Amino acid sequence: MKIAFTTSGENLDAPLDERFGRASKFLVYDLSGDNYEVVDNEKNMNASQGAGVQAAQRIARTGAKAVVTGHCGPKAFRVLTAAGVKVYNTEAKTVREALSLYREGRLREAAAADVDGHWS
Amino acid sequence: MRGAKVRIAVASGKGGTGKTTVAVNLAAVMGAGCRLYDCDVEEPNAHLFLRGEKVGEEVVTVPLPVVDEGLCDRCGACADFCAYGALVILGTEVLVFPELCHGCGGCRLVCPRGAVTEVPRRIGVVETIHARGITLRGGRLDVGVPMAPPLVRAVRAGGDGGGIAVIDAPPGASCPVIAAVRDTDLVLLVAEPTPFGLHDLEIAVETTKALGLRAACVINRAGGGDGGVHAYCGGEGIPVLMEIPEDRRVAEIYSRGGLVVEHGGDHRARFEDLAKIILAGDGRKES
Repeated sequence: MKIAFTTSGENLDAPLDERFGRASKFLVYDLSGDNYEVVDNEKNMNASQGAGVQAAQRIARTGAKAVVTGHCGPKAFRVLTAAGVKVYNTEAKTVREALSLYREGRLREAAAADVDGHWS
Repeated sequence: MRGAKVRIAVASGKGGTGKTTVAVNLAAVMGAGCRLYDCDVEEPNAHLFLRGEKVGEEVVTVPLPVVDEGLCDRCGACADFCAYGALVILGTEVLVFPELCHGCGGCRLVCPRGAVTEVPRRIGVVETIHARGITLRGGRLDVGVPMAPPLVRAVRAGGDGGGIAVIDAPPGASCPVIAAVRDTDLVLLVAEPTPFGLHDLEIAVETTKALGLRAACVINRAGGGDGGVHAYCGGEGIPVLMEIPEDRRVAEIYSRGGLVVEHGGDHRARFEDLAKIILAGDGRKES
């Protein structure tokens, strides 16, 4: 199974970006192969509107079934839910820390968006 | 001043430079028959200066797509077409985000199965006021609506097509400004003679160039600041058609909703000169 993390960097030690739609990159980690790929989100990062919706579709296309991020707004949440992608909110500082929390089962699945749109 | 057909947009890169002061006072000296369009639909204020009788109010809507999930085969043509991501097809799910829709109608046109219909979505109102023989059309965007251009176009679409039209544009250089200044004969760019004023004036001038519009400059609060705006306009061949001197009374009159052309001093003569230069046609200052 693949999990996407919002990040500003290229590897596991990069900071976890607490923003979802306007994170600059997504690190998509494959739990079965213990490897990862980095997906660019620069275009959405600078969109005037709809960044969350576009980012959510991008995540869905990677095949990820979960996304770990700081906060997720209502429109992005709606798309992720429709795509069958679970959302986990965390305050972890790095991708590696967030991945550990996920593996240890210490992240709880979000039942709804935890912020309003355009919160950041 | 009668008989001419000219559309003058009053714009600026920076906010608070005096666009409304220039627009309402210019309309006042243009006199009866002039039309004033308040296109700053996110914070309209021309009606505070030209108080008169409200003669009309139109509700403005944009089309919002509705997808018939029975007819839709999830081909995704609509979602691929939409530049704003307002439609999302994921597996069997069809999602429409009204907040992202710009109301272009493209999704309905590209749908091969006729599954997309449209319903009107209200974005604001246009009020028409008659004051001193001037027809003022002002748009007011509804709270929470992020999309001004369709309302700006609705403001400009109404009213008599001839005569003199003064268009009070929003500040900046983004989509609502483009909608306000497009298809005008002259864009008056109001600027303060400061480095900050110059910086935003340059952005506004580049915008008019990109649109192929003729630009001229009005310097407000002249006397303070520096010579940067003058030097820039000289270098770019942009005529400075009027300078309003730094004068505390202008701000006082403005803050009471008054017209400076009606409060003595030489302001009326200054605006009448501006009107003459504009109506003379070439937008260049006679020297």
